[in-house]
Amino acid sequence: MVLKILLGVLLTAVIISGLGLPMSPHPQAWYELPVIPGLEEKARIIFFHVPTAWLSVVAFLTSMVYAIQFLRKRDLAYDIRSSAAAGLGFMFCILATLTGAVWAKFNWGSYWNWDPRETSIFVLLLIYGAYFSLRSAVETEEKRATLSSAYSIIAAVTVPFFIFIMPRIMTGLHPGAKGDPEGAGPVVEFKMSPNMRVIFFSSLIAFTLLFYWMFTLRVRTAEVEAHNHQGG
Amino acid sequence: MNGARTPLRSFLRSVGSVFFKDWRSELRTRYAVSALLMFVVTTISIILFSLGSEGASPDALSGMLWVVVFFAAMSGLSRTFVMEEERGTTLTLQLLAPPGAVFFGKLLFNLVLVTGLNAVTVLLYAAFINGFVIRTMSIFVVTVILGSMGFAAAATVIAAIIARANTKGTLYPVLSFPIVLPLLLSVIEATRKASEGAFFGEAAGEFQLLISYTVVVVVASSMLFEYIWKD
Repeated sequence: MVLKILLGVLLTAVIISGLGLPMSPHPQAWYELPVIPGLEEKARIIFFHVPTAWLSVVAFLTSMVYAIQFLRKRDLAYDIRSSAAAGLGFMFCILATLTGAVWAKFNWGSYWNWDPRETSIFVLLLIYGAYFSLRSAVETEEKRATLSSAYSIIAAVTVPFFIFIMPRIMTGLHPGAKGDPEGAGPVVEFKMSPNMRVIFFSSLIAFTLLFYWMFTLRVRTAEVEAHNHQGG
Repeated sequence: MNGARTPLRSFLRSVGSVFFKDWRSELRTRYAVSALLMFVVTTISIILFSLGSEGASPDALSGMLWVVVFFAAMSGLSRTFVMEEERGTTLTLQLLAPPGAVFFGKLLFNLVLVTGLNAVTVLLYAAFINGFVIRTMSIFVVTVILGSMGFAAAATVIAAIIARANTKGTLYPVLSFPIVLPLLLSVIEATRKASEGAFFGEAAGEFQLLISYTVVVVVASSMLFEYIWKD
């Protein structure tokens, strides 16, 4: 209950301040966001797009951790958690791709450019897609859990090659790519004003809480369903 | 059994037996070899027909080489494990050999298969596709060798998963593609550098990536294989 109230307040605050605060070229008051040349109002996407992309990776790791747990303990409850996290990750991955594509159309001129980060998120989409087609192909619960856990672990060990290496060896449009004057690397030093920073990190926290809430909800429904199946 | 055998030696012996079992059964039917070979010939002729008399840029051609390799590999590499399921010999193998030996035996077999396949593909491709030139042979040779190793590593563990799911071939490329994509991108990049005539050292980044990729995939899959293999 506390979580839900906190989440509601935080997300409302992030949405209102992220979309509503005025932008000015020379911010004076604490509530004025600076105008970034070339981005202007389009800069607001960072409060929503980055957290969705962040969550699709967090969900992917959560899924992998539960996959390892399943293989160690052989308890189907872990498989339920693993697939629930993957399902949410898939959803946030689609959201990140779509919001990014729409934004790219207006800022970079086309919906899709095969920038390294776009390539990485595309691969993440493919992995999630492959994971769920593998799950739908196996009928026995135990076997499905084992095979999809193994697959998600194998996928998780190869993903870092994209997230950390590809953006550095290919030139790209996102911050942190090779050719960025701010320096290349997976962790980007954001040139954000302090008030933007506050909104940005509150948004990250709010989205993570949202993920946690949706995750527990999904796990509970899946457990009830599994229980009903057994009980007949 | 002559008892005084160290664990490592007996393990290597099992790996060898699994490898030679597959090798012999392949020699009998020549299923994988002929399927792979025909696939390579078919794909290269499709590229030839679709190019017609027009030449493509060396960049595009060095990328297309790996398209041929990827799909050829996808058509034949799942064979090692699917075959066991089809013949109903999985249980026997589970009883006779430790999981690690089965995995490394199959990995070795796939490695031999992919390396042979890649050698043939590269020769045919270079012979029939005009405009595909390699200026730095050393980069290209190392790329093909490291690429084959990475391919074999990823393809073997996915084949094991596929064989245990009841889908056989259909899902194989779907599951493999996101896993081998880092490898594909690096070998394409390295091949491009080789056709542009870059110095050997300029492809060092790609080679590091290929080596670390292969090591990571082999380690992860040898740890996971026991779970996939045993019911």
